Amino acid sequence: MSASAQAMQLEQIRRDVERRKVFDKLFVILGLLVMCACLATLFVLFAKLVSDGSERFSWEFLTNYPSRHAERAGILAAWVGTSLVMLVTALVAVPVGVMAAIYLEEYAPKNWFTSVIEINVNNLAGVPSIVYGLLALGLFVYQFGLGSSILAAGLTLALLILPVVIVATREAIRSVPRTIREAAYGLGATRWEVTKDHVLPYSTGGILTGMILGLSRAIGETAPIITIGALSFIAFLPTSPFKGGFPYVSFQWLLDPFTVMPIQMFNWVSRPDQAFQANAAAAGAILLAMTLLMNGVAIYVRYRFRKKINW
Amino acid sequence: METVVTQADLTAHAPQGHDAPRIGIAPESITRSVAEQRPSIKARAEGLNFHYSTVHALKNLSIEIPEHRVTALIGPSGCGKSTFLRCFNRMHDLTPGARYQGEIIFYPDKLNLIGPDVDPIEVRMRIGMVFQKPNPFPKTIFDNVAYGLRLRGMRNRSLLQEEAEKALRAAALWDEAKDRLDQSALALSGGQQQRLCIARALATSPEILLFDEPTSALDPIATAKIEELITTLREQVTVIIVTHNMQQAARVSDYTAFMYLGELIEVDATSKIFTNPGKKATEDYITGRYG
Repeated sequence: MSASAQAMQLEQIRRDVERRKVFDKLFVILGLLVMCACLATLFVLFAKLVSDGSERFSWEFLTNYPSRHAERAGILAAWVGTSLVMLVTALVAVPVGVMAAIYLEEYAPKNWFTSVIEINVNNLAGVPSIVYGLLALGLFVYQFGLGSSILAAGLTLALLILPVVIVATREAIRSVPRTIREAAYGLGATRWEVTKDHVLPYSTGGILTGMILGLSRAIGETAPIITIGALSFIAFLPTSPFKGGFPYVSFQWLLDPFTVMPIQMFNWVSRPDQAFQANAAAAGAILLAMTLLMNGVAIYVRYRFRKKINW
Repeated sequence: METVVTQADLTAHAPQGHDAPRIGIAPESITRSVAEQRPSIKARAEGLNFHYSTVHALKNLSIEIPEHRVTALIGPSGCGKSTFLRCFNRMHDLTPGARYQGEIIFYPDKLNLIGPDVDPIEVRMRIGMVFQKPNPFPKTIFDNVAYGLRLRGMRNRSLLQEEAEKALRAAALWDEAKDRLDQSALALSGGQQQRLCIARALATSPEILLFDEPTSALDPIATAKIEELITTLREQVTVIIVTHNMQQAARVSDYTAFMYLGELIEVDATSKIFTNPGKKATEDYITGRYG
């Protein structure tokens, strides 16, 4: 092959590579656009809420009960209710979900029965939340006699996010390499010792991520909470968990009536008085901030755990 | 005097007890340090068959593992050497569909390691294993070495430290690790990690130490260190090593077993296998005709 023919062939290769790289660049531009569109939507939404609710942001807004006067109405009952319901949800969903995931991943024999359970756990994640509300109304509120209480709401939302927690935990458990398990088994560890000393500690980051994702979904849920009969106008706080006499703690608050942020928002939005729209916007901004804060904590915790473990 | 004893002879002369064991070859003919005294037997596989769901992976294996010696298992990929090794510490129990037949008798207490009534955890408490890829726990170096002892209920910190030092010294890692015991094991190099895994296994004073291609993920220098270590280890523990590297088998082992397609073709003193193998298949393999 002559030198000029070789040069031509080289030229050909370069042109070919250039042509193929065009698609690379096209995809980068497209991806960037789509991503910006998503972020911009969220940003505009948040900015609109903040600007609409700007006149309501004050300490009183957080410490006042709802009122007939928009300027004096606050979200004290709502944010306390949301926090307590989230607490119950987390305390129920996380242990149950993590244990179920450990059982399915580490202990359950692989047969048709476990396959059916696995498929159903995944399906449950897609069940509309109102259906959980109906189930809870029949089971928790009437059958168990819990009434429209914080406990009933917490249990309902726990059921709702259980599939999310299970799926995320299984994913995290599965990412622990087989070789690590074999190392522990090889030293004479039992299944439980392998789980508690290795599998769980190494997958904590993923488990926490699943927990926060679940709670972020639960914090905004309105339909099931309305279904079980949460109040929308409430001018008192649940019983304090601490009391003077022995045994110093009280669980009466679990059975108290309550409201949550999304219901408070919904209540204000549906009022004819325009002034209440500002309250709704401000409450929405605070709810969004609570969610973002939870996600931020999750990202930080995961980062801390991942830094230590690098397969 | 050269005595070639086939596998059939071996099984025909099964030992009466561990005091009067027979190894696959008359002791006089065994070269090197092995000739000094007649090794007793640490484990003996007898008619071992292993099924993995529908695959018949090990076919009627019989072999004797001499105590305080290094026995190498060689053979082409897929011949079942790793599968055989993992029978000794019941690693297959972790996979559903695994089925053992026959027996692996463990001396001196004549425990059948693969007996259905023998707890695999008990077996793994007595038989350690070092894996193909270094697999330290993402914990500190100290916690890695101490893990096996903690499983055995040792809580005393100074005692744990003492034992960890002993194990790290035995694994030739002490000088490199002594100043960083509380650092993550993942910060060590690949070769150091593998020696840490050896220390972790040694800390629990196993009676047999299984090596499953321990140097296949390491560079030549790290490999040389591990090989040197293995040759010194036989003073304290019986070693079985799987390797696909025939030179390695020749360098570190006293006895070599050649496996092919799930069958044990030949077992003999390493020097014998590599200079004057008894079977055509062994000769073909070690001269590089296949594998």
